[in-house]
Amino acid sequence: MKKQYWTEYESKVADDHYYYERSCIRQSFFTGSEEVFINIVRDLLGKDIADDMNLHTCSGIGYYSGVVPLDTTMTVVARLFALMTEAGYKNFVPSCITSFGLVNEVVDMWHHFPEKLEQIRGYLKEANGKEFDVPENIAHPCDIIYKYRKELKEKMKYSLTNVHTGKPLKVVEHIGCHYAKIFPRQVKGGAEFPQVLVGMIQEWGGEVVDYPERRHCCGFGFSQYMVLANRGYSAANSKKKLESMQPFKPDFILANCPGCTMFMDRWQYTIAETEGITYGENGMGIPVLTYEELAAILLGYNPWDVGLQTHQVQVEPLLDKMGIKYDPKDKYVGKSGAFLGEPEKPTHLKVKAYE
Amino acid sequence: MNKADVVVIGGGPAGIEAAYNLARDNHKVVLVEKEKEIFGHMQTAYTLFPNFQDASEIRSSLLQKTKHGNITLYNNSEVTQVSRENDFWRVQTINGLDFIAPAVLLASGFKTFDARYKEELGYGIYKGVITSVEFEEMLKVGKIQTANGEKPRRIAFLNCVGSRDEKVGNHYCSRVCCINAVKLSIEAKKQLPEVEAYCFYMDIRMSGQFYEELYRKSQEDFDVNYIRGRISEVAPTIDNRLQVKCEDTLSQTPLKMTVDLLVLMIGIEASEGTARIGEQVGVNGEYNFSKSISLHTADNKTKHQGFFLAGTCKRPLTVPETMADARAAALEIDLYLKSLSQ
Amino acid sequence: MKDLGFSISQSRTIDLDKSDLSAYRRVVEKVPSAKLCLMCGACTATCTARNHTDFNFRKVHLLFRRGQFEGLAEELDKCMLCGKCRLVCNRGVNTRAIIYNMRIILENLNYKSIK
Repeated sequence: MKKQYWTEYESKVADDHYYYERSCIRQSFFTGSEEVFINIVRDLLGKDIADDMNLHTCSGIGYYSGVVPLDTTMTVVARLFALMTEAGYKNFVPSCITSFGLVNEVVDMWHHFPEKLEQIRGYLKEANGKEFDVPENIAHPCDIIYKYRKELKEKMKYSLTNVHTGKPLKVVEHIGCHYAKIFPRQVKGGAEFPQVLVGMIQEWGGEVVDYPERRHCCGFGFSQYMVLANRGYSAANSKKKLESMQPFKPDFILANCPGCTMFMDRWQYTIAETEGITYGENGMGIPVLTYEELAAILLGYNPWDVGLQTHQVQVEPLLDKMGIKYDPKDKYVGKSGAFLGEPEKPTHLKVKAYE
Repeated sequence: MNKADVVVIGGGPAGIEAAYNLARDNHKVVLVEKEKEIFGHMQTAYTLFPNFQDASEIRSSLLQKTKHGNITLYNNSEVTQVSRENDFWRVQTINGLDFIAPAVLLASGFKTFDARYKEELGYGIYKGVITSVEFEEMLKVGKIQTANGEKPRRIAFLNCVGSRDEKVGNHYCSRVCCINAVKLSIEAKKQLPEVEAYCFYMDIRMSGQFYEELYRKSQEDFDVNYIRGRISEVAPTIDNRLQVKCEDTLSQTPLKMTVDLLVLMIGIEASEGTARIGEQVGVNGEYNFSKSISLHTADNKTKHQGFFLAGTCKRPLTVPETMADARAAALEIDLYLKSLSQ
Repeated sequence: MKDLGFSISQSRTIDLDKSDLSAYRRVVEKVPSAKLCLMCGACTATCTARNHTDFNFRKVHLLFRRGQFEGLAEELDKCMLCGKCRLVCNRGVNTRAIIYNMRIILENLNYKSIK
């Protein structure tokens, strides 16, 4: 194997014609992220991106939890590739980090065991008569945003600057394990120093926080958080990270994986409710954003259209720092214009009070 | 084209020692060195294990040897081509030198492992992470300090950086780093008695004479702490120090601590010259080190008549081993040259 | 505080920055040979108590060195102070004296054994 420095690891991202594979959990946790990504790629960058109604799960969570067998997993992935092939695309873009890890693993296994690929082709054909091509390029949406970060910057209305102090916002970046740890040489910067979110933060005016537990996993771990008895050490990992970053006073956390984004956000509620500890300013939490949400609010999208109100840690203090205008009255208004009702407030985790 | 009896490639301890012994036996020796200065890695050494001999004494002794009347030394003369022409070897250099001789001695030595390949250790990213060579330079000028110019409170030494590591393609042990870490930690405690010194290791390999005694002395007289466990994550703290993580394998518990300096005990690899010339001549062995025809009985000879090896171009060696090997090579070459004139 | 059906796990990492390393320095003052221990386990292999209990002198000594005192007093009570360990130590460590001094220091730090 050729020796390479981590600085030479590169992601390969196609220039155009993406087949977007939506994520099961992201659509319910970060309701606006995928929609806004398609919008940015299609309307702002002028690229062709397919959003297919026929999509289904990749079964990655089942696979990584050890409940879906490998052959089944491969056949499900093969069916996704068949949908891509039928739609006339070659560049597969899975929204979820677990999907990204899984499809890369599956393709790598087929590369090393071509007879397995033939077997799976047989299974799929037998099941529903479908045929497929292996994608020419598999890239994560964050790679696409990273690739076009400079073009997007030109269109941005805001930057990662604290409008009250004029200083760059301090941002913690967190990368999902399955993005870089399975095939570190296939992503820019590898698993230790992945550059994808760093590049966005720096390009858009922010400052990256380098804190002791930066490379520690969020603790998601599939069967760990799913089983109640294991949840204690799943949450302990996020807690370890939050404790470690707190002295640096980060303005927000940016993540590229659904599990990490959800857990670093939701566990702040869990820690506050069970131990009374909070990590942000004035008893509030540290907001956690997906990279699509971040790009969107910088581009001037209405934060409530992006889905920021569905986060556990409320984002108004961050929006205020960035000078982003929002109407509190719109916060809980649905697409139809009807008021959807306000959620209960947590006992310990403070939210912005409106007079 | 200039004629000589022997062309010695490399002006480090092996090359100089061999050249001197050949010169004493009345052979005309050409000694070519790629750098401006001779001495190879001895150039940066402060003291030598296990007896703390001042490296400058070794340098003066080597310098004196190069002045022998039968030796012609050429600096800044990197060898570009070594080829066989009839019964002779032809050696050409980057600065246009061109020699022909019945014998060539390859003494092109080693290079230290480039620690940037071990990305998890943060070398080249965090200023407090330095190599054993850089630490030795600090000792030499008597200034052990952090990047901010402060006195370190705690120094960690990490063994096996680039050695015994399949991730970087080096399965072998570099042999000198364990004892060198003992030496460096003692030197650190001599210069800064208040500093806490920790050595992290996978095994402690004290194979040479007086090594084990020195290891014991480091614990008994200098309070150096040894932790069996490999540091596998380095990150900055809020006050610009370094958090290191390992498993304390003997208590079977993960361990973390903050240090001011992390000294990476970088291993030994074949130098670029060793790899390149070895490839040209066809004497490359494992890991690009040069290969003799018999480890046990003819360790200075190669499969080519008149092409000899000495020192760390073959494998990691200590300084005394290198010097002894150079003298052995000189003897082999002397016998070879005599056999030609008979 | 709410009961969510689980509690957040405590860290099991030894944090040397937060550990009390001074207690071990007091042991070393009394028993300088403690510094020489290589953790080879010869002591534990021959230990009378180890053959019938969980007592592991090597490990107790190491945890004490790292300032991890929890549960050590109970462990040390298992030692019969027979001194066999001291005979086999190839580095001449006065193991018996280490045990004796660790007991006293733990007592002073209010780490009580169950006895």
